[in-house]
Order: sequence, then C-alpha cells, then structure tokens
Amino acid sequence: MGNPMKIRAAVKDGVTEVKILMQHEMETGLRKEADGTLVPAWFITEVKAQYQGRTVLETQFGQSVSKNPYLLFRFKGGVAGEKITVSWLDNKGDTRSDEVSIAG
Amino acid sequence: MNMEINLQRRKALKTGGGVGLLALFGALGLLQSGVAFAEWNKTAFSAKTMDDALNALGVIVPENGAASIQLTVPEIAENGSVVPVTVASTLADVEQITIFVDKNPSVLAASFVLPKGTEAYITTRVKMGQTANVIALVKAGGKFYRTSKEVKVTAGGCGG
Repeated sequence: MGNPMKIRAAVKDGVTEVKILMQHEMETGLRKEADGTLVPAWFITEVKAQYQGRTVLETQFGQSVSKNPYLLFRFKGGVAGEKITVSWLDNKGDTRSDEVSIAG
Repeated sequence: MNMEINLQRRKALKTGGGVGLLALFGALGLLQSGVAFAEWNKTAFSAKTMDDALNALGVIVPENGAASIQLTVPEIAENGSVVPVTVASTLADVEQITIFVDKNPSVLAASFVLPKGTEAYITTRVKMGQTANVIALVKAGGKFYRTSKEVKVTAGGCGG
C-alpha cells in the first residue's frame, strides 16, 4: 500500500492549487549497492488526481523523477471543503490513494 | 438448514468472484484504489535519445516554444538528485506537458495530461546524472512546442 502522501490543496480566486509529496524510493534500476549488486527498478509510473469524480491531472513518471516525488498543479474551480483524491501506481503494481479537503 | 447451505454457497461464490475480479482489475490497471490508470508508455520512458522519445510520443518536429513556454530550472544544481523543474505556458488549450533530461539514461522524465480546466503550470523534481539540458515539450491546440535550459550539475543524482 505504500506510505501516505502529504497533500495540500487551497482555493484562491477561483483556482485550486494542489501540492503533493509522495513517499517512494524511486529506484532507477541503475544504482548499485556497495557490493556491486544492482538495485532493481522500483518507481511510481502513474499519478492521477481527481476532484468530484473527474480527473484534474493525469501523470506518467519515468526513472528520472526524484525520490519522494513532488508535484504542484492548478485547476480552475474547486470549492473549499470539497475533497481531492490522489492515487499512484508503481512498476510493481503497488498502489495508494489519499485524499484531502480543499482549504479556503 | 437450507438457508445455511445457501449462505455458504454465496460466500464461496463471493470469494471466488472476488479473486477473479481482482485479477481482472489488476490487468486493467484498476486496483484496490478503484482508480483506472491509462497504459504507461513503456517505449517512450525507455528511450535513450531525444529522437527516440519524441518518436514514441508521436511528435514529429516541435515548434520553437522559447517565447510561449516558461521553463524554470536552477542554473546550477548542487544536488543532482533533486532538481526542481517548473513548466508553465501562455499558449491556449494546453493539453500536455512533458519534461525530458537529455543526458539521463532514460531521457523522458515525466509527462502530464491536463484535462480542460487544469492550468498550464506544473512543478516537479527530477534527478540529473550530470550537466544536461532540461527540455519542456508542450502540446497545445494539437501542436507541439519545445524549449530547453541547461542545468549545471556539480554532484550527480544517480548514485553508484
């Protein structure tokens, strides 16, 4: 299930800004341990943000995204108190969803 | 008695059905979260060169986006493992924003589909193995635009 994300969402002048901090190792599959063994690739491949059942951001990640990925995006609309749901899927098939209420 | 048998049968059916459904959902990328994900573009994310990545994304020749794309990256990154990248655009109807690092082992870093109502403004963080160009590709009104900026990396971000 992975570790929980930190999500902040706030609406101002009709635009909702969403900041997401995911917790994930984001292993490239190219890094070696001290003994020379290759650490297998393990990274988030997709992230989706939804508001009131509609998708507001659809993301695909590759190995170049930093450990504990950060995302910021903005969408028009969004009402204080309503929920944003963010979900990710990694290359091992693990997935996680978290939600947050939009702050006014 | 009858009732009990029936209940057990139902339970068995439910369990069996559940396993089948989970496998099916897994195959569709629809997991416990109940969220359907699109298919990850393996070809594009495995591409070793910009040309291959652009081909895999169906981009022919992007137009110069220097004036219409605002790409914000640090000039010098002391830590290549966390390089902040912001891509914004003044173009109308931006549908997609894509970020590349041209000297990384896989050049495509991240791709964003922006549904109507989502603004052309994205910030994320990428790893950079060495000094390289960060390239932003924006799709707006069915056309592709491209701009890039060099980031000098003083300590690489890919370890080992």
